[in-house]
Amino acid sequence: MPDATGLELIAHELREREADSIIGTEFAHRRAVLLVAPRSVLGVLAALRERGYSFLASLHGVDYYPHEPRLGVLYELLDMREVDRLSVKVRVPTEDPHLDSATSLFPGAEFPEREVYDMFGVVFDGHPDLRRILMPEDFEGFPQRRDFPVGGEPVLFTYNERDSYGRWQ
Amino acid sequence: MTTLDPSTYRQREESITYSATPAGTGETHELLTLNIGPHHPATHGVLRLLTTLEGEVVRDIKPIVGYVHTGIEKTAEQKSYWKAIPVVERMDYLSYYFNAMAFCGAVETLLELEVPERAQYLRVIHLELNRIKSHLVWLGTSALDLGAISMFWYCFREREAILDLFEMSSGQRMHTRYFQVGGVIEDIPRGFEAKVRRFCAEMPTRADQYADLLEKNQIVLERLRGTCPLDQETLLSLGVTGPLLRAAGNPWDLRKAHPYSCYDHFDFRIPVGTVGDNYDRYRVRHAEIYESVKIIQQALDGLPEGPHITPDRKVALPPRHELATSMEALIHHFKLVTEGFRVPPGEAYFPIEGPRGELGCFVRSDGSGKPARVHMRDPSFVNLQALAPMVRGSYIADLIATLAMLDPILGGIDR
Amino acid sequence: MEVRRERLAGGDQFRARQLLARDMLRGDLEGEALERHVEQSVLTTTVQRAVAWSQGNSIYPMTFGLACCAIEMMSIVGARVDIARFGWEAFRASPRQADLLILSGRVSVKMAPVIRRIYDQMLEPRWAISMGACCSSMGVFNNYALVPADKFLPIDVHVPGCPPRPEALMHGILRLRDKILGHSPDGWRERYEAVGTEEILAPAADGPSGDREPHGA
Repeated sequence: MPDATGLELIAHELREREADSIIGTEFAHRRAVLLVAPRSVLGVLAALRERGYSFLASLHGVDYYPHEPRLGVLYELLDMREVDRLSVKVRVPTEDPHLDSATSLFPGAEFPEREVYDMFGVVFDGHPDLRRILMPEDFEGFPQRRDFPVGGEPVLFTYNERDSYGRWQ
Repeated sequence: MTTLDPSTYRQREESITYSATPAGTGETHELLTLNIGPHHPATHGVLRLLTTLEGEVVRDIKPIVGYVHTGIEKTAEQKSYWKAIPVVERMDYLSYYFNAMAFCGAVETLLELEVPERAQYLRVIHLELNRIKSHLVWLGTSALDLGAISMFWYCFREREAILDLFEMSSGQRMHTRYFQVGGVIEDIPRGFEAKVRRFCAEMPTRADQYADLLEKNQIVLERLRGTCPLDQETLLSLGVTGPLLRAAGNPWDLRKAHPYSCYDHFDFRIPVGTVGDNYDRYRVRHAEIYESVKIIQQALDGLPEGPHITPDRKVALPPRHELATSMEALIHHFKLVTEGFRVPPGEAYFPIEGPRGELGCFVRSDGSGKPARVHMRDPSFVNLQALAPMVRGSYIADLIATLAMLDPILGGIDR
Repeated sequence: MEVRRERLAGGDQFRARQLLARDMLRGDLEGEALERHVEQSVLTTTVQRAVAWSQGNSIYPMTFGLACCAIEMMSIVGARVDIARFGWEAFRASPRQADLLILSGRVSVKMAPVIRRIYDQMLEPRWAISMGACCSSMGVFNNYALVPADKFLPIDVHVPGCPPRPEALMHGILRLRDKILGHSPDGWRERYEAVGTEEILAPAADGPSGDREPHGA
């Protein structure tokens, strides 16, 4: 992990390239996170890739309900030469959940972006094939948002067995 | 009884088939779209492959997953940290200790918890046993796919021996909740070490026998040698790690690059391939079995004395004999069992080297006793993207062999 | 309100059969009457029994592994708990050739119609075993993504466990075999001679049906 000063240097460099792209930095538990504005994600990722963070280890979404902007997308980048990890965090509101797709830089982002779309509803512009990947195609709703109910069937005991769907007829 | 209206089903299927243009050759000779799966004897789990074929040659392939999606990540948000371990374990169902390790590692990072060394060594022993077991099941089912059906029984015989060891240490064959946050739940019983040593003495000869069975066989060699190679750069850009990347020549292994849980105390080598075809993938995994045996033997030789779980009573259950004498132990036990421990707010990503690649667990906690977000970065999910570049232009038989060598575990892909 | 009394079709035969059954339970029937009664009421024609015997000993299970339970199902094919002892080792992939569907693993929303289609394609007589907690009830994950198998398939035997040990699955398979062969016992009630402990549920709103045994003996 780059330590705190290394992180600040990276952030400084990226701010020089494009102002207002880095909203902030976090450093906790030896993990460096760059908070990036939604419209400059692709630029930041490209710059970091040139710097050596060329491996996208993970792309996943987080729902920060009730803090706005609600939907977060995290890119875990790995520099294989220096064994360095850096996370890039982007937060988008639910009203306008659009982000540029990272598939042009990292082709391995295809499936993870589809998963984030399926589970959270973040739309990646420029993705070659943005469809639901885990849920059925006609599913409505985004399951992993915090306000989506967990669902489930009631457990059958003898007292409620008669009112349940029962044994298949 | 509801009947599925065929017209809607057809519409949905068409949206899948034609939503992305398949890579054709230019001259369209009768492209046939063949749907393999989700129920098919040669898939490892319920994987659906939409293949566009020209004769026997695969022109394009689209994997469709989601048939075993269980909402594990959402369920884990409803459980306290302790109770989320069994839920998370069931994700990648052949490497359950690895799932638990990644999750426990992430939570321990958030808690800034120090895991005692004995617990780390025990974890390594169980992780490497699980790695051997996962490779055995892979070998058995892959050989079954290729047609070498007898391998299945040999590999499962070894697997039963390993499951006996797991049952001895934790009571369950699969999905043991042996790893806990802070260490392992129980110390190993007497006799476990002797049994593991006996297993480690036998395993290399057994692995040699597997090699003898398969590697001199002309059919296996023809099916695996030179089929579906893929180079390092493409694999890296796709995010592939693990034996697939090592078969292509890149010696990236998180156990060596970024050691966790005392892996740097052990001396082992990383098998690396040269060409990156199916044969190299098979050889890399087969060689990893020997290396894992070496690690287990070293761990047993150097097993330190000490507690098997962190002494921090706010996180780990106190030992039973303390409950009779100490009041605080009783209170801690009560609070841990009913409410669970709280984790200070933060986010952590803990990657480990699973049998299929980098298995990472991202945990976000908001200060309460339940995780606010658990995401498992599963290696098979990302490795599946490499299937399409690998099989374009090869035969269906090569597709089956490549899928077997890719080792996808649908539980991990679909979570 | 008009009360209509109807004679049941074959009215006096019904009463005669009732009396026969009462005599049989008392041990009063003998000879020809006994034989005829047993023939009519129990699966005993030789041909039927022969057919059931051959069906029960040569089931072709279908390779239907979904998730973790599939690995345990594969290990009953292995040498330690050997399903070939019972003649069931011929796992067939095609539903047209198989007669037992062992649902091993979690059935997700996307997979349920596929399983239903496959079950429909299987030819009679066919059976289904729901292996593991996830398909019998919801298992460890009680959430939006899973469907219990009872909702869309008639299941003959539920095997609990997560995952069930191969021996447990073997037990479930042998119970299914008993069912096919026609002598399905009362289960634990017979073993522990606990007949008479059946629950009597409180009468429901739509009228009680008397004693009711909890299912899953």
